[in-house]
Amino acid sequence: MTGTVTKTETLPIKDSSDVVFVRQRVRVWATEMKLSLVDQTKLVTAASELGRNTLEHGGGGQLEISEVVNGLRKGIKLTFSDKGPGIPDIKLALTDGYTSRQGMGLGLGGSKRLMNEFEIQSAPGEGTTVTVIRWK
Amino acid sequence: MANILDAIRKNQDGLLEEWVQGIKSGVRRRDLIDDRELKAQSAEVLAAICDVSADTTLDNLNAPAWQPLKDLLAGLSASRAVQGFTPSETAMFVLSLKSPLFNLIQRQAGSDAKHLFADIATVGDFVDKLALHTTDSFIHGRDQVIMRQQEEMLELSTPVVTLWDGIVALPLIGTLDSARTQVVMESLLQAIVKTNSRFAIIDITGVPTVDTLVAQHLLKTITAARLMGAECILSGIRPQIAQTIVHLGINLEDVITKAKLSDAFRLALERSGRTVTRLEKSKGSALARYGEQ
Amino acid sequence: MERIPILRMGNFLLVTIQVDMHDKLALTLQDDLTSKIADVGAKGVLIDISSLEIVDSFIGRTLANIASMARVLDAQTVVVGMQPAVAITLVELGMSLPGIRTALNVESGMQYLHETVTSDRDSEEYDGDSD
Repeated sequence: MTGTVTKTETLPIKDSSDVVFVRQRVRVWATEMKLSLVDQTKLVTAASELGRNTLEHGGGGQLEISEVVNGLRKGIKLTFSDKGPGIPDIKLALTDGYTSRQGMGLGLGGSKRLMNEFEIQSAPGEGTTVTVIRWK
Repeated sequence: MANILDAIRKNQDGLLEEWVQGIKSGVRRRDLIDDRELKAQSAEVLAAICDVSADTTLDNLNAPAWQPLKDLLAGLSASRAVQGFTPSETAMFVLSLKSPLFNLIQRQAGSDAKHLFADIATVGDFVDKLALHTTDSFIHGRDQVIMRQQEEMLELSTPVVTLWDGIVALPLIGTLDSARTQVVMESLLQAIVKTNSRFAIIDITGVPTVDTLVAQHLLKTITAARLMGAECILSGIRPQIAQTIVHLGINLEDVITKAKLSDAFRLALERSGRTVTRLEKSKGSALARYGEQ
Repeated sequence: MERIPILRMGNFLLVTIQVDMHDKLALTLQDDLTSKIADVGAKGVLIDISSLEIVDSFIGRTLANIASMARVLDAQTVVVGMQPAVAITLVELGMSLPGIRTALNVESGMQYLHETVTSDRDSEEYDGDSD
């Protein structure tokens, strides 16, 4: 997770229409950075998955969108954080097909595949923070 | 330190003359640049050094006041890269400003050795940084050329051709790496939408090897095409590649594979409700025409 | 409440999803479609997603569910017009939606529905118990 943050925006995630707004804002950022259409779609889809996780498993939280620069590379970093129950077994949560509730169990593992960098911090009772980066 | 800049301003003409002479006697490519252009360029650089606000110092090249000079040098090195100068020749152009500047400082300082030494260190550092900036710009210019060529090559390497109404083919040639496969995948899917094709044939006759990653990319392409409502047929798998695929344990069972592009084409035609038949010509007429000759 | 309109064309139901769907809207669509299939005895459902800029796992799952539920209610479902970038992303996400029939556009989707529904009829007439 290296890189210098150049600008940021913070969005609340409180209900399912916030997730739609998150998708729209991430799309705007991705377009401004001139990511390719496929990369834009991957980024927005991952934001949708992770935003839903924040809402459903973390009981709501927030997203920080930022632009990061690392040498010649530019990218978009998304940080989803909540103060929910946390994830007891991160490795298990990343496995495809694992789901704690309804869903296909592709949210975390799938988002990881859509992004270049993926980091998750969580402990039971201490909430969850997922940080992802898509480099241009 | 500001007095160095003042001294430069006062002695601009003399410095220019000395600098150009220095360049001429050192490495200079008469074949690439003529005297007049060289002098004009040198004068421009010198003017940019003098043309900074009064409070600017030589020790901080990151100050905004130096930006015009840096831009000028960047433009200069880019054009020199095109003209065919080597990076060191371009750097030497800037570095050869050192000796006239040192001479100037020496004249100014007289016998004050302590001052002289400090000034020489400052100026030396300044010119070195300018030279480094010039070299960086030179390399950056080349990097951009390389990047553009890479992109152009990627575009060239993915010709999607229409075989029939609703049938496209992508003949792949050469090694498939991850980046290229990605581009290939995107352009094939775009072509499917654009030509409204229900069938896409990926022919890998010209692909020498297939590793797990490439096979996975091919499988993903085929799955993505299916999600869009098109069917992919893989053709031209060489015997070695067939062996590799099996040894690597790659599952191609859900993929339609054909030995040759023509077989794949025939299958696509059949699936879209067409057949290929040979026109029956009566032997008699053919012979008759032969007889006429 | 916000709803996605369902059009009826003879035996078929047509849905064009044009808005960025939030999860509740997707679930409402699932409810509306299944009740409508039962109400009108529809034999085919066509869902046009050509304007959708993303399909995430939830929307993907909803589409798969609709197709399965429709099948139980004796209707075929075809999803048409998925954009290349969306398809690539879905595959990367790990969703290949194996149970869903797809077509390039509304026209070929309708053609598919016509063919399958008609052939179903034919087989019913001629050899009764085949599927």
